Amino acid sequence: MKSRLLGVVSALALLASPALAAEKVKIGFVTTLSTGAGVIGKDMRDAVELALDQLGRKVGGLDVEMIYEDDGFKPEIGKQKTEKLVKKDKVDFVAGYIWSHVLMASYKTVVNNDTFLIGSNAGPAPIAGKLCSPNFFSTSWQNDQTPMAMGEVLNQKGVKNLYIMAPNYTAGKNMVAGVERSFKGKIVGKDMTKFPSQLDFSAELAKVRAAKPDALFVFYPGKFGAQFFKQFEQSGLKGKVPLYSVFTVDAINLPILKDMALGSLATQFWSPDLDTAGNKKFVSGFLKKYGRYPSFYAAQSYDSIMLIDSAVRAVGGNLEDRDGLRKALKAAAFDSVRGTLKFGNNNFPIQNFYLRKAVKDDQGRYTTKIIATVYKDHQDPYAKDCKM
Amino acid sequence: MNWILLLEQSLNGIQLGMLLFLLAAGLTLIFGIMDLVNLAHGSLYMLGAYYAATLTEWTGSFPLAVVLALPLAMLTGIVVEVVALRSFYSRSHLDQVLATFGLILFFNELVRLIWGPAGLDIPLPAYLATSIEILPGIPYPTYRLVILAVGILVALGLYFLVSRTRIGMLIRAGASDREMVGALGINIRLLYSIIFGIGAMLAGLAGMMAGPILSVEIGMGESILILAFVVIVIGGIGSIRGAFIASLMVGLIDTLGRSFLPDILGLFLSSGYASTAAPALSSMMIYIIMAIVLALRPEGLFPPKGAR
Repeated sequence: MKSRLLGVVSALALLASPALAAEKVKIGFVTTLSTGAGVIGKDMRDAVELALDQLGRKVGGLDVEMIYEDDGFKPEIGKQKTEKLVKKDKVDFVAGYIWSHVLMASYKTVVNNDTFLIGSNAGPAPIAGKLCSPNFFSTSWQNDQTPMAMGEVLNQKGVKNLYIMAPNYTAGKNMVAGVERSFKGKIVGKDMTKFPSQLDFSAELAKVRAAKPDALFVFYPGKFGAQFFKQFEQSGLKGKVPLYSVFTVDAINLPILKDMALGSLATQFWSPDLDTAGNKKFVSGFLKKYGRYPSFYAAQSYDSIMLIDSAVRAVGGNLEDRDGLRKALKAAAFDSVRGTLKFGNNNFPIQNFYLRKAVKDDQGRYTTKIIATVYKDHQDPYAKDCKM
Repeated sequence: MNWILLLEQSLNGIQLGMLLFLLAAGLTLIFGIMDLVNLAHGSLYMLGAYYAATLTEWTGSFPLAVVLALPLAMLTGIVVEVVALRSFYSRSHLDQVLATFGLILFFNELVRLIWGPAGLDIPLPAYLATSIEILPGIPYPTYRLVILAVGILVALGLYFLVSRTRIGMLIRAGASDREMVGALGINIRLLYSIIFGIGAMLAGLAGMMAGPILSVEIGMGESILILAFVVIVIGGIGSIRGAFIASLMVGLIDTLGRSFLPDILGLFLSSGYASTAAPALSSMMIYIIMAIVLALRPEGLFPPKGAR
């Protein structure tokens, strides 16, 4: 199957590139490298560098120029940097974007300029639905999917009364909407905390105690996760109210959380132990090069570069062949960390979601392990609003 | 109304107020007496937290680390004052704002170079990381009670320092009439260095106290500094008493607003609107209070005696 596909692809490549192959592919990568969230951006950049190393510092056989930009965790700066990449550097691909609000601000600048945008993390609802574009591809997920899987887990665990806490911004609202979409019990309390300035959750945790729910669902990405777990433990709620989270316990804050998060459950499309050829190559390479486990942010960033590589390869390096590139991106003929990457009509992946648990590996390092498959080939609920 | 929850939230509010007070006390002294707008006060807060985190790692004991970090924080403050800010006393507020804003950038980068971008964690000793039952069935985090106690102790200590000692007399005199203090032959330069050092130490202490609850990271002082400025504007610039009372007010209003506004709004709005409007409104509340205070009493609720 694969060799036949390769044959077709190389035949296409021969047809598509008569002589005029560009000598260099330019990729812009927007992420957060400064502020407290800078560690996420660093993890993503490390994964991109690993991908380039494994590709012999070539993308699709062409020399590559990577331009990293720091969005400073702010939508307006992210948009500025994106404009610079698109208008001044004239990059062929823009990838990256951790935060939904930054991606929303930068989105039109890229796709309306007929430049390809590979979303490496954020998956806000509008881009999956009404604002979908043939120039946008996601190597992550739509925001609602992961919490929807968690809602399903809660149903299976027999949770009747749920309390929800999340930060009050685009992704936070999407996460809450996601869990509310699939959870069948009653939501006894919901707190949307101020983002990103609120770091003290004492008032909300006191309300959780008073509401006596069967379970608490939270979404606190990056450093907010560390903060939340610490305060949750100090409040004496640990062991009394079971905690379920999405995007809160990851490879970035597990070394900080340590035993605090051990055993906690989360849903995700990926985990370092996911058994696919692409993932093995990625995780072992990452462990070898950096001496630590990659986060899901890193996995998605790695996939972004591999996706671009597969597309540029498919058109034989002819970057002028926009339609060919678009088709090849959609085909995603490469070993993704999740196995095969299959795009839906809105160019978001249709993929499995797993329940994963925070554990220690045989060397005493903290990581996560898949314990169940919650959704198989799941597509986000906004795909139907996308006229594509 | 759930009285137990109200009590617990009030404690949370007072505890936030205490943290704010530690920060605002130094800020109000420096602003009120030295007439220096110090935006870099948040950087001193951040440095205090980083000192405590590193010393906790070295010594293995958080309380010991705090004791050792306090003189370090004070020393940092004095160095900053002598090296960078001394020449700005006679300049306009705008120049001071620019200079101290530059210091924020400088310290953020310095911390990034020394400690890296990831941020640190201050582990609490086991006896502080638990919770105590303050009333039957209501556990309250032990460490937050410690913050309360530290805040009250510092308030008492400052009260004693300002009203019972010679240096306190000079501070009060400086707050009322700076020129006269200088004319009477007091070494104003030394006095300013000491005040700045005390302010830096208090800011550092606030950072150390906040460290184990919040994470220790670059730029951690910037968001709380805004609240501290609100506090000193409400309390009256230069007044420790004003800073104390305004800190408690802001802490309580912020916490109680966050916890009860959704329910209150829910009484006359649909729950969907209430749950989106309440966080927005509760984060605006303290600024609304500040605006009201500014309109009715522009000099603040408790301006220092004799201040113009």
